Amino acid sequence: MYTEKVLDHFSHPRNMGEVQDANGVGMVGNAKCGDIMQMFIKVNDDGIIEDCGFKTFGCGAAIATSSMATEMIKGKSIDEALKLSNAAVVEALEGLPPQKIHCSVLAEEAVKSAIEDYYKRKNGEAPETEKTAE
Amino acid sequence: MRKVYLDNAATTALSPKVLEQMMPYLTTIYGNPSSPHSFGQEARKGVDHARDQVAKALNALPEEIIFTGCGTESDNTVLFGVAERYAKKGNHIITTNVEHHAILHTCEALEKRGVEVTYLPVDENGMVTGEQVANAITDKTILVSIMFANNEVGTIMPIAEIGKVCRERGVLFHTDAVQAVGHVPIDVKAMNIDMLSLSAHKFHGPKGVGALYMKKGIRLPSYVMGGAQERNRRAGTENVAGIVGLGAAIALATQTLEESAARMTRLRDKLIAGIAQRIPEVKLNGHPTMRLPNNVNYSIKYIEGESILLMLDMNGIAASSGSACTSGSLDPSHVLLALGLSHEVAHGSVRLTLSDETTEEDIDYVLDVLPKVAERLRAMSPLYHA
Repeated sequence: MYTEKVLDHFSHPRNMGEVQDANGVGMVGNAKCGDIMQMFIKVNDDGIIEDCGFKTFGCGAAIATSSMATEMIKGKSIDEALKLSNAAVVEALEGLPPQKIHCSVLAEEAVKSAIEDYYKRKNGEAPETEKTAE
Repeated sequence: MRKVYLDNAATTALSPKVLEQMMPYLTTIYGNPSSPHSFGQEARKGVDHARDQVAKALNALPEEIIFTGCGTESDNTVLFGVAERYAKKGNHIITTNVEHHAILHTCEALEKRGVEVTYLPVDENGMVTGEQVANAITDKTILVSIMFANNEVGTIMPIAEIGKVCRERGVLFHTDAVQAVGHVPIDVKAMNIDMLSLSAHKFHGPKGVGALYMKKGIRLPSYVMGGAQERNRRAGTENVAGIVGLGAAIALATQTLEESAARMTRLRDKLIAGIAQRIPEVKLNGHPTMRLPNNVNYSIKYIEGESILLMLDMNGIAASSGSACTSGSLDPSHVLLALGLSHEVAHGSVRLTLSDETTEEDIDYVLDVLPKVAERLRAMSPLYHA
């Protein structure tokens, strides 16, 4: 039911675990539904995601989409990371079963949630304001 | 890589001895059992012999056995049949909230037709009592349908006690014994069972064939309409090879029941104890002792069932889970929720079901692999704080 890419990311997850000096942390989903994703990002002064990591409670697709999402945002600017769509994650994984698409949505939300937290911690400003400031 | 199949509650391997007995009916003996010529009569003999074997295994009479397409068909035949046949007597059916979907979804369909259904709640071990049944019976009750043993958590219901209550109150008693036949001793007479569903592939018989025991004197409308097969109780040309396989499998299973149950119980208990010893924060689901000899069901807290299955599969181990991700719905298994588990704990369930072919080495291998899988997934889980 899963592509080789999904199974690869499930059995060898990239960037798994907490990032100790993260300056943005987001958590989405809930245990009742069986999926929780936690995303850690470390953004440098140039607005680049230097490091990131994830922790996930969930099925194979939930773990694989989290792993893929971290790989896709690492080394990217915040603006680029904000553009990460769930469809792009699915495409990078070479597809997901229809009933697992929600996992990719969760991965996108986890990235956005971590970035939001980063902005809040930084200066309490909204992303739009931050963008114009740069 | 070592391959270990521990999903025998889903289905079992066809026994080579059973296949051997089926082979003539898949090749040279091809007649239609309804035909009066020698070709047909040879096939008829096979069906008759199988009927004797099933009857003997249950302590029933041969004419009380009806062959069907599967356990689900047997269940459907009883529920729809009783509701229709006894509509004038009443419209109330009693069952439990941990039945297989073959019962639950059929009850839901009957509710839409105006039948009232009482779903008895089970206790934290998955058990109902005869007293609960007695208290639920009204003068409108036409059927009590309670599973012999639960397919997910393996709890064995007090069937003889429930049978006694139903007999005393004059209510028909059906049991879905799909998981029990071939694993625990069954005597329909001593247990006061009026109807019983079974399926061949759960005890090393072929898929696509089941049976229904229906006590002499009970007359239900045929669920499949057509010819006069099975004494007008189930139309359609007999699945002769399948029926022969069912007969052979049930005979083999009941001949060796005692020793194989003892052997599996020992391996089951080793697995139960080993998991509790090696993995912290786990919960055994189902009754600690009144459970099928081949069933182990654990919730491993802070991790999710489908990812456990995937990782076990990568290590050659086949298991099952009641998590939402494996059930294809948003909710985890109705059985685990009925036992009072939280969604979160239910999502982390893993079911390991043994067979006669399961070895000590298989169990040792699982006890080596599963703790590593749990540790790995817990390291990924934001819910787990070591």
